[in-house]
Amino acid sequence: MSTTETTASGIGPVEGASLYDVDNPAPVIESPRKRTNKTPKSTRGNFEMYGWLFMRLSGIVLVVLVLGHLLIQLVLDGGVTKVGFAFVAGRWASPWWQVWDLAMLWLAMLHGANGLRTVINDYAEQASTRLWLKGLLYTATVFTILLGTLVIFTFDPNIR
Amino acid sequence: MATPVLDKAEAEAQAASPYITVTFRVRRFNPEVSAEATWEDFQLEIDPKERVLDGLHKIKWDMDGSLTFRRSCAHGICGSDAMRINGKNRLACKTLIKDINPEKPITIEPIKGLSVLKDLVVDMEPFFQAYRDVMPFLITKDTNEPTRERLQSAEDRERFDDTTKCILCAACTSSCPVFWNDGQYFGPAAIVNAHRFIFDSRDDAGEQRLEILNDKDGVWRCRTTFNCTDACPRGIEVTKAIQEVKRALITRRF
Repeated sequence: MSTTETTASGIGPVEGASLYDVDNPAPVIESPRKRTNKTPKSTRGNFEMYGWLFMRLSGIVLVVLVLGHLLIQLVLDGGVTKVGFAFVAGRWASPWWQVWDLAMLWLAMLHGANGLRTVINDYAEQASTRLWLKGLLYTATVFTILLGTLVIFTFDPNIR
Repeated sequence: MATPVLDKAEAEAQAASPYITVTFRVRRFNPEVSAEATWEDFQLEIDPKERVLDGLHKIKWDMDGSLTFRRSCAHGICGSDAMRINGKNRLACKTLIKDINPEKPITIEPIKGLSVLKDLVVDMEPFFQAYRDVMPFLITKDTNEPTRERLQSAEDRERFDDTTKCILCAACTSSCPVFWNDGQYFGPAAIVNAHRFIFDSRDDAGEQRLEILNDKDGVWRCRTTFNCTDACPRGIEVTKAIQEVKRALITRRF
């Protein structure tokens, strides 16, 4: 035991006297977004349920679509070296591959966006942070989906 | 000339002594002294077959009376002394020292996700608010006082038997990573207690409770990490109960 004076909880004074005492206790660290009796009661609607179901169903479909896509693009017929403008133009000449790529685009984008939405809900503490992050997310998602859809439907193999 | 005999007796007593030296590394916070929480080590002689709670009692009664923690029954029923022992949520009164490697310092912290008030005591109010919000009491269509017992078959009772075991210690809710980051989430304990009434054949407000848990902060925020099932000192299959509520919500709609 050293001779320095220690307080009841074993925390010695570091520099000068402690800032806190019985009448002036340190602030308690509040947990983020605490539930209180003022927390709004249940909101009607099944959005979260449909979101949860969509993640499961799109996930199953995406396993087939994405693994098939990777197999065709990277493994079969000489691997990645074959991929070029001509290869893409050839595939998109068939409605089957157009539909395949369209489904993959929509499902992957919505699946990823919904996943990020839940991540933002889990981690962003302030309402304004949530609003901005989600705004950014939705803008990027809509832009990518629309651009991708436009390209798949208006693709011109004879472009110069 | 009795010295050798005494020595021998003493040596035997030493060999037979069940006591070992254990280090308790306790997370201390006292807002009346400092805004910082710090670790404090306590060395104690204790029988490894005793519980962590006995060690905390030894510290509080014989070494440092300022150590603050909750405990009431000390036998795993009241649910007061849930704490984070060696990084896992457990009841101090149900954890034997020999089971958690007493060779290394045993770390003891308050449960996470709730405000620490002092040492191991946290503010349980948000936890009980979520509990109250799921209406954890019997609601019947018939508002008249019953004239006889509400009978139930053994099968109907079995349906929700697991979730009747909850002692509201908050070990599950404070082990949930979603709850750590967002206290608006109902948390596993509230859902378990809703499950207890949703699947009770005598209760008529299951629909209402399902609607409450269909909320954006309800069951759909569960990420099935199974932390709650691992943490439950009563062995309730918490994640399974949450999944059953999800399934009830989906089958109700389709």
